[in-house]
Amino acid sequence: MIWYLRLYATLGRTSVMTNFQYRFANVLFLVGMVAEPVVYLVVWSTIARQEGGSIDGYTAGRFAAYYIVWTLVRSMNITFTPFGWEERIRDGELSAHLLRPVHPIHYDIGFFSGWKVVTIALWLPIAAVLTLVFDPSLHPSLVQVVTFSIAIWGAFLIRTLLLWLLGMITFWTTRVSAFFEIFFTAELLLSGRLVPLALMPDWVQDVSLFLPFESCFGFPITALVGPISNQELATGLLRQLVWIVVGSIGVAVAWPRAVRVYSAVNG
Amino acid sequence: MPAISVNALGKTFKVPVRESGLAASAKSLLRRAYRDVIAVADVDISIDVGEVVGFLGPNGAGKTTTLKMLSGLLQPSAGEVRVLGYEPQRRQHEYLRRMALVMGNRNQLQWDLPATDSFELTRAIYRIGRADFESQRDELVELLDLGSLLDKPVRNLSLGERMKAEIANSLLHRPEVLFLDEPTLGLDVTMQRRIRGFLGTYNARHGACIMLTTHYMADVEALCERVIVIHHGSVLFDGALRELADRFAGHKTLTVTLESPADLSAYGEVLEVTATSVRLRVGRDQAAAATQQLLSDLPVRDLTVEDPPIEDVIELAFASGAVTPP
Repeated sequence: MIWYLRLYATLGRTSVMTNFQYRFANVLFLVGMVAEPVVYLVVWSTIARQEGGSIDGYTAGRFAAYYIVWTLVRSMNITFTPFGWEERIRDGELSAHLLRPVHPIHYDIGFFSGWKVVTIALWLPIAAVLTLVFDPSLHPSLVQVVTFSIAIWGAFLIRTLLLWLLGMITFWTTRVSAFFEIFFTAELLLSGRLVPLALMPDWVQDVSLFLPFESCFGFPITALVGPISNQELATGLLRQLVWIVVGSIGVAVAWPRAVRVYSAVNG
Repeated sequence: MPAISVNALGKTFKVPVRESGLAASAKSLLRRAYRDVIAVADVDISIDVGEVVGFLGPNGAGKTTTLKMLSGLLQPSAGEVRVLGYEPQRRQHEYLRRMALVMGNRNQLQWDLPATDSFELTRAIYRIGRADFESQRDELVELLDLGSLLDKPVRNLSLGERMKAEIANSLLHRPEVLFLDEPTLGLDVTMQRRIRGFLGTYNARHGACIMLTTHYMADVEALCERVIVIHHGSVLFDGALRELADRFAGHKTLTVTLESPADLSAYGEVLEVTATSVRLRVGRDQAAAATQQLLSDLPVRDLTVEDPPIEDVIELAFASGAVTPP
């Protein structure tokens, strides 16, 4: 356990140092990422005002809070993309990983965790500007703040495991971009990324309860923005835990098979 | 027990085949055709602890495929492999901590950071204690003359500098078995010599077993007492380097320096004539007699008898195509 903590600390430090080499690129990346929620925010704030101030309890200020927190959750959610596996296999990077006495997922988790430190540091001034411009309504309790702090890491872990599972399809067949796109479209609609799930039809909310997407976006955001009861916070964390267990089992089962396919034909 | 033990090792790849043209393309949508390509066939190798072995063969001979199977990157289709008592294809972490594979075109270093930062990451991955790490790092830095390069980002290093740093990074955990796939590829002569010298010293100091593929015969002559020649996936020769010429080169080269020019075609095949010397090719069996005859018949100032260059011997071995173990 201590060894893993040391490994993660070293990987995180390595990632921070690497990403500090690309400060400007990281700023541009974050600015680009802010464009998406700002569009949603402007659209929904306008509709809320036209609807007499709110939609299903969402005021312009609450929409602002939702989408500003969204920017942080989205940054935290960035992990190794399934599109990257093909290149990883083609350029030999995967072989380099396989020669190391450590499961490569630890490398990705550690490395992307380190990147979060950089993105959070760069996100703070962006969040400050958005706050000045959009005047969010955000009054979380201490329990909400603590839950949010845990939930954003839970979301990162779930998404890492899921995207790993998704990317591993590349071992069996290439050119699976279309399949990945279906996954990301479902995630966009069923996670609270495009619109708060509370505003979606009831059946969408029911379906989302059985899928992992809400645990990656909607839950962490709502945990901080509210309104949410302590019981709902606990349930949300428990649901994240379940998805972490499911994802871990999935990776543990699929990875050795994927490596067998790789080592049978590629190496 | 040998460090590396390979019995009847084989690797067959299934590759898709398709004729050119639209019709063949449409047909392949419904039914794909495959053919088997034998990359390695029935290879037996036994290498002892501390041996340095040159693994030679033309491109596509099966060298890299064999090294990948020995390091656990590829699963054998047939046969049995044991390295340090482990089955490499199981990729047990204990095994990976005791071996290293360095490929000329693979990069374990962090591209944007100085090599020292990658060394720290390697320390964490291989669970190397601080004291052992510092001692091994300092030794490698000294042997490879890396001191001035350590604070430069890897992307700013030359190819040779990067290779040295790559080798150092791969040896921080002091592997007992080292597989090197073309470690001097693309490097200048000075850098090649440096890496050769380093590998020899590393082997002498730590008793590591080294298996090396290379196209540079200077690497082989400097490092390997034993060579294994592989061609079309099968072992052509496995033995001492000096025996290679005996087996595959049926001739020796005589260089004769004379007081005055003379026609030496009666003594052997004339390869080259200069103002003062002549190079002759004679059969290995006739070399002694031809030498004696030349010395008694002509005013010879100097005479040398040599085996053909190792490159020529290897070429002859490949050309022979004989798949008979020694």
